[in-house]
Amino acid sequence: MSTNRIFLYKRYERFWHWSQAALVIFMLITGFEIHGAYENFGFRRAADLHTYAAWTLLVLWAFTIFWQFTTGEWRQYIPTLKKVDAMIRYYILGIFKDAPNPFQKTSVKKHNPLQRLAYLALLAFVSPIIWGSGIFYLGYAYWPDWGVDAWLSLEAVALTHTIGAFMMLTFFFVHVYLTTTGHTPFAHIKTMITGWEEEEHH
Amino acid sequence: MNWKTLARAAALLAGLAAFGAQAVPSLGDKLPRVAKGTADHGKFKELQRVFKSGPDVTKACLACHTDAAQQVQHTRHWTWEVVDPKTGQMLGKKNLINNFCTTTVSNEKDCMACHAGYGWQDKSFDFSREDNVDCLICHDSTGTYRKLPGDAGHPVYVRKEFPAGSGKFVEAVDLATVAQKVAMPSRANCGSCHFFGAGGDGTKHGDLDSSLKKPGKHLDVHMDAAGLNFSCVACHKTVDHQVPGSRYEFAASRSGPPTPRGKYDAEPAACQACHGDKPHHENPLLMDRLNVHTDKLACQTCHVPQFARNAIGTEKSWDWSTATKMGPEGKPIVVKDSAGRRAFDSKKGNFAWDSFLIPEYRWFNGKVAFKTLGEKIDPAGVVEINRPEGKPGDPGARIWPFKVHRGKQAYDPELKNLLVVHTAGEDHTALWHNFDWPKAIGTGMQTAGLPWSGKYDFVATEMSWPITHMVAPKGDAVTCAQCHTGEGRLAGVGGVWLPGQHRNAIIDTMGWAVVGLALLGTLIHGGIRVCVLCRRKKGTNPQ
Repeated sequence: MSTNRIFLYKRYERFWHWSQAALVIFMLITGFEIHGAYENFGFRRAADLHTYAAWTLLVLWAFTIFWQFTTGEWRQYIPTLKKVDAMIRYYILGIFKDAPNPFQKTSVKKHNPLQRLAYLALLAFVSPIIWGSGIFYLGYAYWPDWGVDAWLSLEAVALTHTIGAFMMLTFFFVHVYLTTTGHTPFAHIKTMITGWEEEEHH
Repeated sequence: MNWKTLARAAALLAGLAAFGAQAVPSLGDKLPRVAKGTADHGKFKELQRVFKSGPDVTKACLACHTDAAQQVQHTRHWTWEVVDPKTGQMLGKKNLINNFCTTTVSNEKDCMACHAGYGWQDKSFDFSREDNVDCLICHDSTGTYRKLPGDAGHPVYVRKEFPAGSGKFVEAVDLATVAQKVAMPSRANCGSCHFFGAGGDGTKHGDLDSSLKKPGKHLDVHMDAAGLNFSCVACHKTVDHQVPGSRYEFAASRSGPPTPRGKYDAEPAACQACHGDKPHHENPLLMDRLNVHTDKLACQTCHVPQFARNAIGTEKSWDWSTATKMGPEGKPIVVKDSAGRRAFDSKKGNFAWDSFLIPEYRWFNGKVAFKTLGEKIDPAGVVEINRPEGKPGDPGARIWPFKVHRGKQAYDPELKNLLVVHTAGEDHTALWHNFDWPKAIGTGMQTAGLPWSGKYDFVATEMSWPITHMVAPKGDAVTCAQCHTGEGRLAGVGGVWLPGQHRNAIIDTMGWAVVGLALLGTLIHGGIRVCVLCRRKKGTNPQ
């Protein structure tokens, strides 16, 4: 058994991932309190903190979008259907038989085809739902200036935002579970922290 | 400390005092103190005489203030009458029934203790006579000018026991002194009637009572005696005796920026007249989160978190159906509650009082639908004597806090209208004198010129009073979570989506189901992996 180390995640990428993770978790906690699911900070503080976290995440995204395009890393999210069936088969069967992962990570292709699809769905579907509704929610005071007050209702915006939040929460649990599917349960998380992937060769 | 130290300290203090005394006085310091107002009425010869009556004083006032009476005669303080511009209905205290003493009709001698005039005791009152206008009730600065029930608006000319049989006496007023010391109306002037509406301190409004004569900041930030110390007319900015800010012309949904004081404003008493409709200064990142409430909520909804915030309290209900019930010895009785407030009176029935009350919230566009004398009612339900109008979400309406006063009063079960009851008076038909409902109703309805079937019963009634005074310091305002929660203060008000209170059951159920299934899926998948791993380890571990 030998190990081969490859460098997958650059310093900014790791910073982005973990700060975004912290913000999303924090916004889920505060968001579901605003929703009335439970009580922790109290409504006002929860709403304040949720709002500040939203602004922080927006700034982080601004930098990240810039980073994605200047480094060309955005290509990592181009979807492909190639080997998707193999990936599905791996997660349903192979993983239990200790079969090799049909996808081998490289610094050019960091995400397996299923991951790509999942992240694309997050980016192109869940994010617009959350951010679209979230920005209208945040700017409720300015609806008359934006000319949307005549046809948009706070109820519609709030419900859309809630739907987005449930999707994000679902993503969060599945995403965290899938981090345990490396060659050791914490391998993926370690990679995300150090940037180095240790490949195991049988 | 020994005597030497003490001596030194004393010398030092004396030196400092001497230095202070030597400071050069300014020109203003040499003059007498700045006078209040430009005319000292004590120096007017016209007022240095004996006055026999109120009208006597008014004549003297009018000698200089030639148009004052005429100005007052144009106000509700004089006419007790308001024409509803929309329906043409005749409203005002002269024409309406309320939920307390019910009507002024046939009871003028008592009620007109709060009329800004002299001598209104029946229909024959001359509303055009200028010397019938009472200047002093609003301009007395001595606190000695009192008008009692039974005198048709005249002050106490002869020392009098009040209430009768109480052993307490009200001194005769010295009209000359009062006339010489007239001043701009203070809170006590307006309060002499408005604090005591419905016959007792705090009874009617709940946000107006005698504690506002000298309130602390906690009770009212604007009237705070040690702080801003606003008089009533600071907000109800009166020009030519026309007092703005009446319930009958209610500024329920004012928007826009503030108007500088001094500039004409039709609604100077509205909070927004000074504060504008975006009064909250917040971190810009929070995107005017508080200000956005102002297009749905009245300022008072958050800033008057409770009313009757003192030991005086306010009356919550008045049940006339138990009136005329006598005590054990067959004599009329009065029972007080544990706080010394009226609980039962054989003349009037049962009462319930309370302090620190949370308002009831309703949409209100400033218009009020009144039940007028003789108007048909539905005795099957609660009769809304006045109904604040305004649909949920209506841009011309806001959610307002109300005191809702509930009670029972006499109605005609055949003709189905509320009854005019002759309560006050010394004649043999007055309810409070002879405790006979049919006689009292007979006289009341006859005076009102309305038909009566001869039958009477009692019907549940309610009356709503918008709450606007007793504005608390901002730290005491209603907190976000008092509304943004499951069963918050605005539950059931409608017309608003309240994050934290409102949710969609289908979305919530489906959302949690999806999250739950995802968790379950990962648990099963992970569980199988762990089992497979364990079995394999066992299999490969024989040595």
